Amino acid sequence: MRDDDSPQKNSSETAMIDEHSGVSRRDFLKISTIAAAVPVVAGPRVVLAAGEHVPVYGPGKVPIELNVNGKVYKANLEPRVTLLDALRDTLDLTGAKRVCDKGECGACTVLLDGKPVYACAMLAIEGQGKKITTVESLLEDGKLHPIQQAFVDNDGSQCGFCTPGFVVACKALLDKHPEPTAEDIRHELSGNLCRCGTYAGIRAAVAQVARKGA
Amino acid sequence: MPDYQWPDAEHRTLIGKRISRVDSPDKVSGRARYTYDIKRPGMLFGKMLRAPYAHCKVVSIDISAAEKMPGVQAIEIVQKQGSNIHWAGDEVVAVAAVDETTAEDAIRAIKVTYQKLPHLVSDAEPPAGAGETQGPLSMDDLGDMLDNQVPENQIVSQIQQYGVSFQATEQDYKDAKEEGVPDAVLDAVRKATVHPEAAGATKSNYQKAATQTQGDVDKAFSEADAVSEGLYGAPVITHCCMESHGSTSEWTDPDHLFVHMSTQNVSGIAGQMAEPLKIPAANVRVHQDHVGGGFGSKFGPDRWGIVTAQLSKKAGGKPVRLMLERDSELKVAGARPSAFARVKLGAKTDGTLTAWHSQSWGTGGPGGGGMPPIPYCFGVPNQHKEHTAIRNNIGPARAWRAPNHPQAAVLTMCALEDLAAKLKMDPYDFFLKNIELTKLPKVYREEFPIAAELIGWKEKWRPRGQNVSGNIARGLGLSLHTWGGRGHGSDCDLSIHPDGSVDIKMGTQDIGTGTRTCIAVVAADSLGLQVDAIKLYIGDTLYPPSGGSGGSTTPGGVSSSTRRAVVDARDALFAKVAPALNAQPDDLEAKDATVRVKSDPSRSLSWKEACSKIGATPITCHGHNDQAASKNKPDLTNSGVGGVQMAEVEVDLDTGIAKVTKMVAVQDCGLIIDVKMAESSVLGALIMGISYSLYEEKIMDSITGRMLNPDMEFYRLAGLNDIPELKVHMMTGNGYDERGVIGLGEPPAVSPGAAISNAVANAIGMRVPFLPITPNKVLAALSQGSAQKAGA
Repeated sequence: MRDDDSPQKNSSETAMIDEHSGVSRRDFLKISTIAAAVPVVAGPRVVLAAGEHVPVYGPGKVPIELNVNGKVYKANLEPRVTLLDALRDTLDLTGAKRVCDKGECGACTVLLDGKPVYACAMLAIEGQGKKITTVESLLEDGKLHPIQQAFVDNDGSQCGFCTPGFVVACKALLDKHPEPTAEDIRHELSGNLCRCGTYAGIRAAVAQVARKGA
Repeated sequence: MPDYQWPDAEHRTLIGKRISRVDSPDKVSGRARYTYDIKRPGMLFGKMLRAPYAHCKVVSIDISAAEKMPGVQAIEIVQKQGSNIHWAGDEVVAVAAVDETTAEDAIRAIKVTYQKLPHLVSDAEPPAGAGETQGPLSMDDLGDMLDNQVPENQIVSQIQQYGVSFQATEQDYKDAKEEGVPDAVLDAVRKATVHPEAAGATKSNYQKAATQTQGDVDKAFSEADAVSEGLYGAPVITHCCMESHGSTSEWTDPDHLFVHMSTQNVSGIAGQMAEPLKIPAANVRVHQDHVGGGFGSKFGPDRWGIVTAQLSKKAGGKPVRLMLERDSELKVAGARPSAFARVKLGAKTDGTLTAWHSQSWGTGGPGGGGMPPIPYCFGVPNQHKEHTAIRNNIGPARAWRAPNHPQAAVLTMCALEDLAAKLKMDPYDFFLKNIELTKLPKVYREEFPIAAELIGWKEKWRPRGQNVSGNIARGLGLSLHTWGGRGHGSDCDLSIHPDGSVDIKMGTQDIGTGTRTCIAVVAADSLGLQVDAIKLYIGDTLYPPSGGSGGSTTPGGVSSSTRRAVVDARDALFAKVAPALNAQPDDLEAKDATVRVKSDPSRSLSWKEACSKIGATPITCHGHNDQAASKNKPDLTNSGVGGVQMAEVEVDLDTGIAKVTKMVAVQDCGLIIDVKMAESSVLGALIMGISYSLYEEKIMDSITGRMLNPDMEFYRLAGLNDIPELKVHMMTGNGYDERGVIGLGEPPAVSPGAAISNAVANAIGMRVPFLPITPNKVLAALSQGSAQKAGA
């Protein structure tokens, strides 16, 4: 289902991790906790740890700045708040859902500089200086994005709680592979789970957009 | 007399067609708001402190440090000092704070000490002779049942059946009433036989149910030409709703509560909250737009729902949100009971089934649980059944999509397949040979060939273990199932406005099954409009009540109440419009967004023009479907459906990995409102079925008594890559449509376990006794099989 060698969803530090480096998700999560390239907005202390300069935020609330769907948001948050919770509870962008809250199910998938990440498995402070795209941005002038329309046409949702995460993951898949092979689909959608059993509809939705070209 | 009957095929414009889910655009765009997404002004965040032990007593609780923490606004002790805890993860203390992190810190600052007590979390086969019949109930037994939210009527019936071991004083009754014990339970205790000698007796974990016998079983087995014996079972699994259980409560004034809740039962929640909160149900407003899955686990407010209201009260009425963490969701918010059995079956050489003998057991947590309905579907003439319920400390069970049926299907259909193999019969022929023993032989006879055609049964089926190439064994398996699905009680108000707009208000909920779409299709079809012309208001106690979405009762209920309301409203509109068309109301029809004369369609008004004749006040009609079929004239819903499923698998004999390579379902559900939604329900059931057949199990650690896999990595759900080609065929037309609307949520979720297990047995030549069919179990079965061969 989910392969440990699948592309890293939480590449908050893409420059540091080569996509094909074979770093497992678990290894990566360890690395990401000391991610070094968080931009310095509000002057966190910088300390030397394991030979790297690491910014230290907090304790207590710190001012942070997030670029979400082309808009800049400012907030005061504790450094331990995840990107997902910041989006949902502070910015009221509730399209990304909190389900497993530990990087297992993909319901919180958002794009970080165009790449799908689990918003529950990274901190809000790590999202600074990146372009964050959520499902809310896919509507253009109230019109559904082709992948969203394909979900409607092929009934890719039942309860719908996993749907926004899947829609974002499918968009990322089609951005990367406009004509995805079965293997591309297998690989890129392996990080999202559904309980109602909508996979047949989702697969048909991807096929519909792939045929037409998104 | 208004003509409520469903229109015939010729006169249906939308019913029975493929209509897209009406709330799909909201769901794909992230606009759909779920309870988890609700943010109210000044909202506080609730968290729970949960007991770490499977069985313990609360010795002391110290909340003083937490109380002093800045940002903590309310603390509620859920189970006070002295309470008995019966499963790990049970609620002890709840906190509300200004944000989630503060609430988490406060939980950590609370000190609780426990006295650990012996626990049992296993549901392995009870030791011989361990089963005891239920004795008189102690006061603790009753307290536990009430704590565990055992339904009132079940408690009463147990008191009546077994009596009590204590003599309650008037003070006891008064205290119990204060604590919210229902009057019916107190009455039952007053009338119960008292057995003081039973007080203080230690209760066995193994409760023996009454033995059931019909016919002459010994004679039938002695005369049988073939007898097959086997061990079968399905473990405890969880619901694992994507949206966890939870709610937000706020007191809008000291007597009125406003609740957002993730629930399958909008109209039924207020009454369940009113009693413990000691306010009239009319003062509780419940609202929900969307729910992220329920599958049978979200019918009550639960202790954590009541707690949000108590915390809110303490915090001056501020909204308090408490959604379960994922681990709690898997530990305490829903589990399907397990069921296992040793089954012996007898038949004649020609395959005629004659005898059934089963010794079954299983657990539904602290309450034990009942025997699944075995033998399932097939009324074997001679039967002997014994069942032992295991009362253990894994947490309470809840209804899970088609309660008890999937387990019963595994215990029955797998035993039947083993017997077919012993008789060297194709199970397709063997099942059909005995189909007259079912209640729906005609339906199954029609469905079997369709399913066989879809999967290629005749071309592909080989006797057991005879389709192996290299290390890959292939096999086919089948199962059949049944379910009721009659519509529940449902009320609605439908209005046609002078500007032509139409709205429906109904206190139902759409749990992802397409309820909104079902209502809109029925209303639009009846008015000659398109579905987007119908404005829907559901999910609120401000609207007329409609039943909980469980047991596949929703489609029949909501479609029937809608049909009655819309026909009345349409007829009232015709009466207003008739003079303008110079016709009698009875001569009019609503078609293609017009109201026109049936015999002369050129005499017509557009829908908007027609509605302008209504006058200033809209037409509003009430629709009611009664839970009692006899009170519905005519009855628009029905009960009793049949379905057949077939699965094809590949098993890697080296690794033991079993994969489903194709699966087909043929299903009947009476008159189908929307074929697209119906197919989605069946597809979803197949996918959930593959998931529980191959991957899912709530794994308990016998030493600590805790669940070992309360997350979504190790509580494995099927992913997109585990799902093969699926084919669904819905039975429609003569013999089906005229029965009326029947629900579809449960039936297709019943057969996958049995069909897949049978396919694996067909592939590898031996039975993997228990679900889920994991590689270790396949390899164990294979090595046992080769050991048997070597020894033979």
